Amino acid sequence: MSDTPAFEPRIVAFFCNWCTYTAADLAGTARLTYAPNVRVVRIMCSGRLDPQFVVTALRQGADGVLIGGCHPGDCHYQEGNYKMLRRFHLLKRMLKQFGIDDQRVRLEWISASEGDKVQRVINEMVAQVRDLGPLALVGKPTPHPDASEKHAAA
Amino acid sequence: MNHLYYPGCSLKSTGRAYEESLLAVCATLGVGLTELQDWNCCGATSYMAIDEVKAFALAARNLALAEEQGKVGPGTPTVDLVAPCAACYLVLAKAQHCLEENKEVGGKITAALAAAQLQYTGRVVMRHPLDLFTNALGLDAIKAQVTKPLTGLKVACYYGCQIVRPYATFDDQYHPMTMDHLVTALGGTPVDWPLKTRCCGGSLTGTVQEVGLRMSYHLLKEARKRGADVLLTACPLCQFNLECYQDPMKALFPDHEPLPVLYFTQLMGLALGLERARLGLQRLFVPFRQPVGV
Amino acid sequence: MSETMQSAEPRVGVYVCHCGINIAAKVDIAAVVEFAKTLPYVIVVRDYKFMCSDPGQELLQQDIKELGLNRIVVASCSPLMHEATFRHATEAAGLNQFYFQMANIREHVSWVTADKALATRKSQALVSAAVRRVVLNEPLEHQKVPVKPNVLVVGGGIAGIHAALTLANAGKQVTLVEREPTIGGHMAKFDKTFPTLDCAACILTPKMSMVRSHPNITMLTYAEVVGVEGYVGNFTVKVKKKARYVHEELCVGCNECVEACVYKEGRFTDTFNEGLSKRKPVYMPFPQATPSVVLIDPESCIELKTGKCKKQCATACTRNAIDFTMTDEIVALEVGAIIIATGFQTFDATRIPQYGYGKFPNVYTSLEVERLVNASGPTGGEVQLRDGSTPKRVGIIHCVGSRDEKTNRHCSRVCCMYSLKLAHLIHERTDAEVYNLYIDMRTPGKGYEEFYDKLLKEGVNFIRGRAAEVTDWTVTPEEEGKLVIRAEDTLIGVVRRIPVDMVVLSVGLEAHADADEVRRLFNISCSKEGWFLERHPKLAPVSTFTDGIFIAGACQGPKDIPDTVAQAGAAVAEALALVDRGFVELEPNTAFITKELCSGCHTCIAMCPFSAIRYNKEAGVAEINPALCKGCGTCVAACPSGAAQQHLFTDEQIFQEIEGVLNYV
Repeated sequence: MSDTPAFEPRIVAFFCNWCTYTAADLAGTARLTYAPNVRVVRIMCSGRLDPQFVVTALRQGADGVLIGGCHPGDCHYQEGNYKMLRRFHLLKRMLKQFGIDDQRVRLEWISASEGDKVQRVINEMVAQVRDLGPLALVGKPTPHPDASEKHAAA
Repeated sequence: MNHLYYPGCSLKSTGRAYEESLLAVCATLGVGLTELQDWNCCGATSYMAIDEVKAFALAARNLALAEEQGKVGPGTPTVDLVAPCAACYLVLAKAQHCLEENKEVGGKITAALAAAQLQYTGRVVMRHPLDLFTNALGLDAIKAQVTKPLTGLKVACYYGCQIVRPYATFDDQYHPMTMDHLVTALGGTPVDWPLKTRCCGGSLTGTVQEVGLRMSYHLLKEARKRGADVLLTACPLCQFNLECYQDPMKALFPDHEPLPVLYFTQLMGLALGLERARLGLQRLFVPFRQPVGV
Repeated sequence: MSETMQSAEPRVGVYVCHCGINIAAKVDIAAVVEFAKTLPYVIVVRDYKFMCSDPGQELLQQDIKELGLNRIVVASCSPLMHEATFRHATEAAGLNQFYFQMANIREHVSWVTADKALATRKSQALVSAAVRRVVLNEPLEHQKVPVKPNVLVVGGGIAGIHAALTLANAGKQVTLVEREPTIGGHMAKFDKTFPTLDCAACILTPKMSMVRSHPNITMLTYAEVVGVEGYVGNFTVKVKKKARYVHEELCVGCNECVEACVYKEGRFTDTFNEGLSKRKPVYMPFPQATPSVVLIDPESCIELKTGKCKKQCATACTRNAIDFTMTDEIVALEVGAIIIATGFQTFDATRIPQYGYGKFPNVYTSLEVERLVNASGPTGGEVQLRDGSTPKRVGIIHCVGSRDEKTNRHCSRVCCMYSLKLAHLIHERTDAEVYNLYIDMRTPGKGYEEFYDKLLKEGVNFIRGRAAEVTDWTVTPEEEGKLVIRAEDTLIGVVRRIPVDMVVLSVGLEAHADADEVRRLFNISCSKEGWFLERHPKLAPVSTFTDGIFIAGACQGPKDIPDTVAQAGAAVAEALALVDRGFVELEPNTAFITKELCSGCHTCIAMCPFSAIRYNKEAGVAEINPALCKGCGTCVAACPSGAAQQHLFTDEQIFQEIEGVLNYV
C-alpha cells in the first residue's frame, strides 16, 4: 500500500425498515455488487430520522449521509417520510451554513422492489463524495487506529 | 432553434436533393442548421464491416468536433447534431453508445481522439431530421406553416432498415410511425402498408443486382398495390436504390409500374409552398408531377 | 425484568455465521472474530457454519447458561430473515429476547461486495455497531392484542374461491369480495384445462355454487374494497357494493327481464365472451353466473341514461326485483386477516402492432379462442372465422407480451401449455393444420411434457422461432387472401412464410393495470412489473410485508390452476394460524415519554398519524397510548427535549450504532 492511500469516503446510511432496508436486502439476494463504503443503520421509519443522527454521523467522521425511505404515499406509517422530508430541507440549509456541501447528504425514495436502485444510488453517492474529498471538520476525531487493517490481512 | 448539421458524403453527392430540400425546409421553419466544420466520413459501410474500432473512431471525431464547435462539455447543456443520412445517424449514435458502455473499445477511441488533441464527453444528442421535426420542433409548428396541404395524396412512408435498428430510439423499431404522422400533418394520407422497414436491397444492387432489384421491385409493387402515389424515404441509399434503378427493374419485371420516390423533406417543401427547384425535384429520374395543394 | 439483570455488567457473546460459503467466501471470518474480541464487554466470540441451525442456536444458548452472557450479537443474514429465530433461541436460554442484536453481513456485505478485504472491514464495522448497541438494549415484553376471527378474501377467481371454501370449512366466517358481477374469474371462461383436458366448468361450477350456499361465506359481488384500516388481527375494511339495479335477494335468475328488454337483440360488448358476442343492458353475465342474478349496465340502459324507457324489464319481473333507484352502498367489515387473490389481466395484443391484432379480423387472442372452443361460448364451441367459415390452417404465436424486452420480460408460465391445449382442440374440432411458433417449449409440470409429446404425435406442427410479423403482404398465389406469418425457423435456419386463415396470439399474463392502487390500499408492495411482493420468495411466499395480509394466485406472479389452488391453500393455512391463535404479539418498539423531560410543548402530538399521543393537562406532559402506537418513531425524532423515546430505537442506541459503523472504513 502506498504512503498516501487514495481517499475512500465513509458514508452512513439510514434506511427505513419497510422499503429501503428491504430493497438493500433484495440487492443482496440479487447479488448486485456495489461500493462497500456505505454502512446501513436500520430505523423503523424514515420519520424516525432525528437530524442529530446526520450531524452526529458527520461529526464522528462520516463524509456523507444517505437517507432512504418509502416513496411518497407509500409510507408504512402513512406519512413518516413526509415528516422527514420537512426536516431534511431545514437540515440541508443548516449544513450549508456550517460550510458543509449539501451534496454530502442525500435523500432517496427506494421501494422494497428497487434493489437495483440501492446499487445505483450507493455507487453514485460514493463517487460523488469521493470527488468532494474528505469532510474536513475542525476537531473531527481522527479515524480509529486502523486495527481492521491487521485483522483484514490476517 | 440552432443545431449542428452533419451532411455526410451522400448529401454532397447522390443525395444532393436531400440536402437542398432539408436546408430549404429548415430555413422556412426557422430551424437553424450550421454545418459542422472539417467533418469526416462517418465510418459506416465498408469501414464498419472491416474494422469496427476504426469506424467508431471516425464517427467519434465528428462527435468531438461537434462538442468543440457547439461549445459544450461536462456540466453544460447538450448540443443537437442532425444527421440526415440514416446510415450516418445510426453509426454516430452507435459510436456514442460504444464510448459510454464498452470500456475496451471506448478506451481505444478516446486514445485515438487524444492523439488528435480531441475529446468527447458525451454532450452531443444525435438527431435524425424525422426526430427533429416530429419531436423537437413538433408537428403543430409544422402544420401551422403548411400552405399547400397534400390533400388527396396517398403516400407510402418507407423507413428503411437503419433508423429502426438498436441505438436509434426515436421511433418504434417494428412499427415506426413518425413519417406517417408527419405526412398526416402535411395534409396527406399515409397508406397502411406492411413493408415500411423491409430491406430496400441497397447493398445488393451493386453486387448481386438481380437480387437487389427483386427486393426493390417488391417494395414498389406493394406500395402501388396499396394505392400510393409516391413513396417517401429518409435515407439517401434507399432513395437512390429505389428510384434510379426502375429502368433495369422494368426489364427484369415487365409488370413493374414506375413510382416516384422522394425524400420526405422534398414533400415537406412542397406542402410548405417552396419552389420545386429549391427542393431538387428536377433531379428525379421518375418525375413527380402530381400537383400539390390544389 | 429483574434489577440484577439491569445493573449487571454487560457480558456480550458474538457469533459470526459462515452461512455455508455465502458469507465465508467473501468475508474473512477469522478476522471478524479476532476483531470482535477487541470490542468492549465482549466475553466470547465464536463462528459457526450455520448459526440458524439447531447446533448453531445451541452454541449461544450454552454460552448464556455457562458463561453468564446477558447480551447476544449474531452476525449473519438480514434481521428480516432470522431475527425472530435468534430472539427465540435467546429467550429459550432464559434471557429476555430483546437482549439480542443482529448484524447483517450477508445481504448487506458478502452478497454485494466484490473485494474480500473491504467486505471483511465492512463486516467488522457492522459487528462493532451491533455490540455497542446491544449493551444498551433493555428487556421488553411483546404486547398481546386479540385477533378478530373473521377473514376477508379479495378476488373471486379460483384462488379466492378455494381460499374462501377452505376457510369456511374450517368454521371461519368469510367475506368474499369480487369486482365482477359473478365469481369464477378467468377459469370460468375456459372450456378445457391442461394437461388432463377435463372440463373447466365441471370442476369449477360446483365450487362456485358451494360458495353461494355455504353458511359461513358472505359473497359480495360487483363490489370493491375501497378502504383498509387497522393492523394485523384488527382490520376495518370498507367495501363498495356497486348498484346492480336488481335486488339480489329477490332475483331468481329467470331471465324474464332480459327477454322483455326493449332491445330485441344484444347491442353491447359482452365482456365475458371477450367481445365476440353482444348483450343487452340487462343481462346475466353467463349462464352459470354466481350469484345467479341479473344486473343492469348504467352505461347502456335507456332508463338509467335518460329516464325515458318503457321499463318492460321491470314489468316482466314478477318478484319486483328491478329497482332503478338503487345506489352504491358501503359495507364495513371487521376482520383479523385478509387474503388477496385478485388475479391477472391478459396482455393487450394491440401493443405489438406487427402481429396485426385489431387490424386483421382473423387475428385472435388466446382468450377469445378459449371462448370460441367453449361449448357455452358465442359459437357453441365451433371454431369459426369472423365470416363464419372454418379455418383450414391456423398459426398459434407463443410469447406475445412475454419474454420480450419491449413489453414484459417475464415468462408467463401458462402460455406454452394453453397453446398446446388450444392446438389440440382446434385440430380436433376443425381438422385444421395447426402451427405453433414458439421460442422455447416450457412444459415443467406433472403430465405437461407428456401432453407436448402427445401433440407432436397428433401431427401439430412446431416451429422454433419468434414470429416476426403477421402480414397481408402476399407474394405467391397460394398466399392470396390469407394472413402470412413470417418467422425464422431456427432449427432449420430459414426464414419461413406460413400462410394461414387464423392467427391465435398467446397473450401473456400481466399484473392488473390498477395493481398499484390496490397495493396502496392494503399497504403491501409490488414488484416492478406490478405483481404483489411476497415477504420472502422461498420461505414466506404467501405473506406480505404487512402482517395479517396474505396473497394467493396470479396476483403474486403468473401461475397455472394447480399452483394457484395450492397457493390459496397455503394462504389459508397462514390466515388460520393467525386467527386461531386468537392474539398477536406486537413488536414492543413503541414510543414513550419521560415525564421529567417533557415540557408539554405539543410538538409530538401533531406528528402522530395514529392519534396515539394525548396531552395530560393535570400533569402538563404528553402521554403515549402504547396500544395505539405503531412504532414509527416520528414523534421521537421531533421531540425537542429528548423526552420522547422509542423502545429498541432510543437515541442513544442509534448514536452508538453510528459510532460503531464509523470505526472503520
